[in-house]
Amino acid sequence: MSGKQQDSIGMAFLDSLPRRWVTLYTPVIVFLIVLLFPFYWMAMTAFKPNEELVSRATNPFWIISPTLAHFEKLLFKTDYPQWMWNTILVSVVSTVISLAASVFAAYAIERLRFRGSKQTGLAIFLAYLVPPSILFIPLAAIVVQLGLFDTRWALILTYPTFLIPFCTWLLMGYFRSIPYELEECALIDGATRWQILVKIILPLAVPGLISAGIFAFTLSWNEFIYALTFVSSSETKTVPVGVVTELVEGDVYHWGSLMAGALLGSLPVAILYSFFVEHYVSGMTGAVKE
Amino acid sequence: MAEVTLKSVFKSFGSTRVVHGVDVSIADGEFCVLVGPSGCGKSTLLRMIAGLEEIGAGEIAIGGRVVNNIAPKERDIAMVFQNYALYPHMTVHDNMAFSLKLAGEPAEAIRKRVEEAAQILGLMEYLQRYPRQLSGGQRQRVAMGRAIVRKPQVFLFDEPLSNLDAKLRVQMRTEIKALHQRLKTTSIYVTHDQIEAMTMADKIVVMNGGNVEQIGGPLALYDNPANLFVAGFIGSPAMNFLPGRVRRADGAHTVTVGPDVEFPAPPGASIDAGREVIVGVRPEHLRVSDDGVPVEVVVVEPTGADTQIFCKLADNDINAVVRERHEFHPGENIRLKPQLTYIFDPASGARLA
Repeated sequence: MSGKQQDSIGMAFLDSLPRRWVTLYTPVIVFLIVLLFPFYWMAMTAFKPNEELVSRATNPFWIISPTLAHFEKLLFKTDYPQWMWNTILVSVVSTVISLAASVFAAYAIERLRFRGSKQTGLAIFLAYLVPPSILFIPLAAIVVQLGLFDTRWALILTYPTFLIPFCTWLLMGYFRSIPYELEECALIDGATRWQILVKIILPLAVPGLISAGIFAFTLSWNEFIYALTFVSSSETKTVPVGVVTELVEGDVYHWGSLMAGALLGSLPVAILYSFFVEHYVSGMTGAVKE
Repeated sequence: MAEVTLKSVFKSFGSTRVVHGVDVSIADGEFCVLVGPSGCGKSTLLRMIAGLEEIGAGEIAIGGRVVNNIAPKERDIAMVFQNYALYPHMTVHDNMAFSLKLAGEPAEAIRKRVEEAAQILGLMEYLQRYPRQLSGGQRQRVAMGRAIVRKPQVFLFDEPLSNLDAKLRVQMRTEIKALHQRLKTTSIYVTHDQIEAMTMADKIVVMNGGNVEQIGGPLALYDNPANLFVAGFIGSPAMNFLPGRVRRADGAHTVTVGPDVEFPAPPGASIDAGREVIVGVRPEHLRVSDDGVPVEVVVVEPTGADTQIFCKLADNDINAVVRERHEFHPGENIRLKPQLTYIFDPASGARLA
């Protein structure tokens, strides 16, 4: 630290403590509070007994006697485990389908350079810009006509409509950062297009694949409109829809269970992120290091 | 091992023509260098030989087999790229073994050939490392190792040394030449550096603007440049060019460059008196001598072994390299005597004498 200060005497005034409070610590603390307070409130409510929840006498930011009653109700008196299973199944399958399709699409657009590849890339991206709140109406008609209404397949097959454009676009950027010479070299070494994709491009694109995968997984995990529209029976619902439709009865909000459901529902995504955060960052910032 | 023949090869990208009918034949085992300024079409030509670029028109044959419609992997060639193009996710061993694995060679044979190549290139202790853990020179060797394990008929090099620092470049230059002398594989080497071309080549193809300017051995190009471009491109420092007019006096030709400044024409030259020409003289063919042409010293650059003197002759720059040590100062008037001159036509650039 002392060496650093010696090197940068000209900028040293920036390091003074009051200034750091103004420029660094205070904004960071404000940000953290704004971002984390909802999670704190969620966790608080999930463990609070009903009496404390409605009591005016107790401190609303703290629990006096924590309870697991809300979780018990959620897990044993509702279809929550089934919703969780549905969400996992739908998210994983639609992510895998979308990633596979996106890899082929992105590679073809970026590297096969066929006539109109640029326009195709652009068209795919434009498809992503159509808001789901408009798209769900025609999609609902299609889902019903295919006889998929109120099945998991309705969601597995409709989620890729927004996942594929997104993943394709992300992977295109990533493939672009892989030097062209590597493929030419492999071509001379005797590899076919398929071998180039599998043995050269995909291993190098792992960070890109991970970030596309995490994004796709999160998007489908949190998806609400399609899940609300295309399924109706409790056994086929996903967590986001199940929690708000089954735990709100008329004007009665089961706050404790609602928050417990939200807490359990956000855990898998949080765990997934924490595992891949490094890959994720390098995937978003791109560039293959030689 | 094979000879490579190019017959009136053309190439254009869209409406831009980049190679205008190139005819070259490279003998079996020859080291041929394609040299020229950037954008002259040399890399495109190499990529056409490799099969990475479609051949616009004409014919390319490797070992007597026309390869126009043959995929790169069927051409039995190996290529070394400027940025090495090593597979970053594979070890040195796997990089070198990749093509053999694809060809379905047995594991034992792959191991033997990779080790053989690693031995030649001094890479034995790096086989398990990744490219990012190697220095520039080592990466360059791996790229060459990847080429030689396949025992191809032809090696193609696309400016392989331009990413290295000056010292390493000289060292690798010698290594590549030694490797060629050992393996005697036909090699085609692209560079923009005429020194690389001169030092490595058996045969140099000088290209400019998509055309071949001249083909020949290094010394043949140096001694007998066919035109202004080759004369100016081959040799370092570059040849001096001075505009002048031919004069005939006492049976010999001279070129008048300025008032009372006469350059002797090469012996046996027969050019019409009064014709406008360009006279060329190499810096190393100028001597400091009392019976030379008068020039004014502008800058003196001693390098130890020799001294480069930048001078003004009337309105023209003239540059001399002398072995002797002189104490010249800027502004001083000295006399330089040309030992050997060339005469070119100013319009076409063709050599007249």
